[in-house]
Amino acid sequence: MDCYLDYNAEAPIKPAVCDAMRDAMAQVGNPSSVHGYGRQARRAVERAREQVAALTAAQPGDVIFTSSGTEANNLALKGTGRGRLLISAIEHDSVLGSATDASILPVDGDGLVNLAALEAALAEDQTPALVSLMLANNETGVIQPIAEAARIAHAHGALLHCDAVQAPGRLSIDRAQLGADLLSLSAHKMGGPQGIGALILGDGVEIEAQLAGGRQETGRRAGSENMSGIVGFGVAAELAEDDLADVARIASLRDRIEAEISALGGGLIGNRVPRLCNTACIAMPTMSSETQVMGFDLAGVAVSAGSACSSGKVGPSHVLKAMDIDRGLASRAVRISLGWRTSVGDVVRVIDVWTDLRSQGCGGSAGHEV
Amino acid sequence: MSLTVLRQASANIKLPIYLDYQATTPLDPRALEAMMPYLTEHFGNPHSSTHVFGSTSADAVERAREQVASLIGADPREIIFTSGATEANNLALKGVAAFEYEHHKGRRNRVITVVTEHKCVIETCKHLGRDGLEIVTLPVNDRGFVDLGELADVMNDETLLVSVMGVNNETGVIQPLAEIGALCREYGAHLHSDCAQAVGKIPLDVNAMNIDLMSISSHKVYGPKGVGALYMRRRPRVRLLPMTDGGGQERGMRSGTVPTPSCVGFGEACAIAEAEMESDNERLAALRDRLLEGITASVEGVSLNGDRTRRIPGNLNLSFTGVGGEQLVEALSDLAVSTGSACNSASVEPSYVLMAMGMGSERADASIRFGIGRFTTEAEIDYAIQTVAEQLSRLRGEK
Repeated sequence: MDCYLDYNAEAPIKPAVCDAMRDAMAQVGNPSSVHGYGRQARRAVERAREQVAALTAAQPGDVIFTSSGTEANNLALKGTGRGRLLISAIEHDSVLGSATDASILPVDGDGLVNLAALEAALAEDQTPALVSLMLANNETGVIQPIAEAARIAHAHGALLHCDAVQAPGRLSIDRAQLGADLLSLSAHKMGGPQGIGALILGDGVEIEAQLAGGRQETGRRAGSENMSGIVGFGVAAELAEDDLADVARIASLRDRIEAEISALGGGLIGNRVPRLCNTACIAMPTMSSETQVMGFDLAGVAVSAGSACSSGKVGPSHVLKAMDIDRGLASRAVRISLGWRTSVGDVVRVIDVWTDLRSQGCGGSAGHEV
Repeated sequence: MSLTVLRQASANIKLPIYLDYQATTPLDPRALEAMMPYLTEHFGNPHSSTHVFGSTSADAVERAREQVASLIGADPREIIFTSGATEANNLALKGVAAFEYEHHKGRRNRVITVVTEHKCVIETCKHLGRDGLEIVTLPVNDRGFVDLGELADVMNDETLLVSVMGVNNETGVIQPLAEIGALCREYGAHLHSDCAQAVGKIPLDVNAMNIDLMSISSHKVYGPKGVGALYMRRRPRVRLLPMTDGGGQERGMRSGTVPTPSCVGFGEACAIAEAEMESDNERLAALRDRLLEGITASVEGVSLNGDRTRRIPGNLNLSFTGVGGEQLVEALSDLAVSTGSACNSASVEPSYVLMAMGMGSERADASIRFGIGRFTTEAEIDYAIQTVAEQLSRLRGEK
């Protein structure tokens, strides 16, 4: 049996999600059609909208379904009409890419955004701004002080967008309490299907559609609704709330990995501040990330070196670079991320394989990789 | 046979009868079966290049890309997966315009389209118009066709793009894409075609037809919802700027995790269409003719909207004199049919497509689109004929 520890890239679909999608796919009907089949599809979409809204304590009418977290982030950053963008240096590529002329806020060595820099940037220029900060980082799991950032943003008349893609099932999310005016979600990071995400809006926040076409999603996102994907997302959102009961177990598994590996010389990254229960970012003393992930893969263990979409990229992760992690250390970091199916057996296995790789790395020519 | 007799005779007919195949098609069970492994054990993110879970998904996505490409005579590298035809249309039109503006200072500034295009092409063109491009919208004749002479008249060396749909979603009328493609080549303009309704319904060959960009929808070809594709020609290369920024998936043209199960289902649906299009079409043409003949034999004042022969066999768009559209839909509640396209069926305005074909609002308003497809049976067609006959005589008798 393979050992899958790459939940921040992709969580396996939960069986109940798959069942619901299978039923939905057996139905015919375009939710925009007025006949019975269309209305039935519409009801399924609206039920899921309630489930997704409930996950973040939002109103169903504030949920815009998109095709992904990436699309939700693009819509948020391009759709508010705010001319000035401020984002942190550790945002996901979809935020960084959507905001190429943004002011970049630095993070400290623990990966926390510098709120004083946010305050100063907002104070020096009164142009209505949009601040975009992720709730939890995909590579380190470090949780950002969103509520505090939102208070600062709002005091300066700015809106706050929060990319919360990594949070469901790991943190309880209350959009209003976070103070997020816009919040992005992705189904496939929480045991739902790929190809569906959402942007959730705060009270009175308006967004300009980025896709022209039909009046779906109350005119904020054109295109026939992905009915079965939406249904799967709804079920996953509901189950994500149940996952919160599993947080202590996941955290203890993650802590065990970190304790045993650090005792063998592994360097832990981002572990000094509050972070997601499931994420470990660990550097091996003598082996590059690329070599490690290949070694893990050969041993049947799936982990990653940074985020999935950029894993083809060469060079250290922009997240670790922004944290000013020593280049050598950063180039030897691997992300291990756990989730609903992770067992003690998986934990033992990843520690064993890490130990084996570590001993390989100690010998021969690997020394000059340090 | 009366309706009640028919009802007894065909107890296995599920009511209402689904006759709205242009709004969406049922997922083919074979496509669903192909998807299932990727909704269960093969769950990897196709962009996770560091482990076997990722590469298994990536391989499946590439197989699907080949299947989609094969159906339209394209190279798999020319297929960009999107969330649907709406996104593909937006990406094609906005993307080409943005590239032209950025790299050639907008030297080619004219975009030619047709009045009967799908809402999302029309809306995207309006958007381009606001950005300063010159949008020329061609009319259609009473049978639904764009006139090639009129197209030639508005083509010039400043024409960047011509966007003409392959098959109209309301009438099923097939536009002369090959002729339009040849004309576009002459002027060095790109041809984009929204083929959401055409793919899998009529033979399409991007090279023979000189199509440079083509939008495809999965859920109109018996695949899953939430996925589609944009075909983008490599030789001569069509260049565009992406609209969605991020991880740079799909050769940088479309960021966002590619949904593996959806692509697999879409690919399988395309492979099935390629193998079965001809036999499907024969069967559908027979059903369509049976429906048309059955209705016209029993009901007065029926007119066919759109050309009689150059249309896909799965579409019959009929107007009924002397009745209102809303009234008609209500009376035909045993039939899941539509008036106008799904995206505007919540509005009560008469179809802009039929109006553009020169119909009065009364005829356009009293129109019904019967969309028949792979799972429509003869018994369902007979039931539909009977329902239309009885309800029309009731409605007209009430007056």
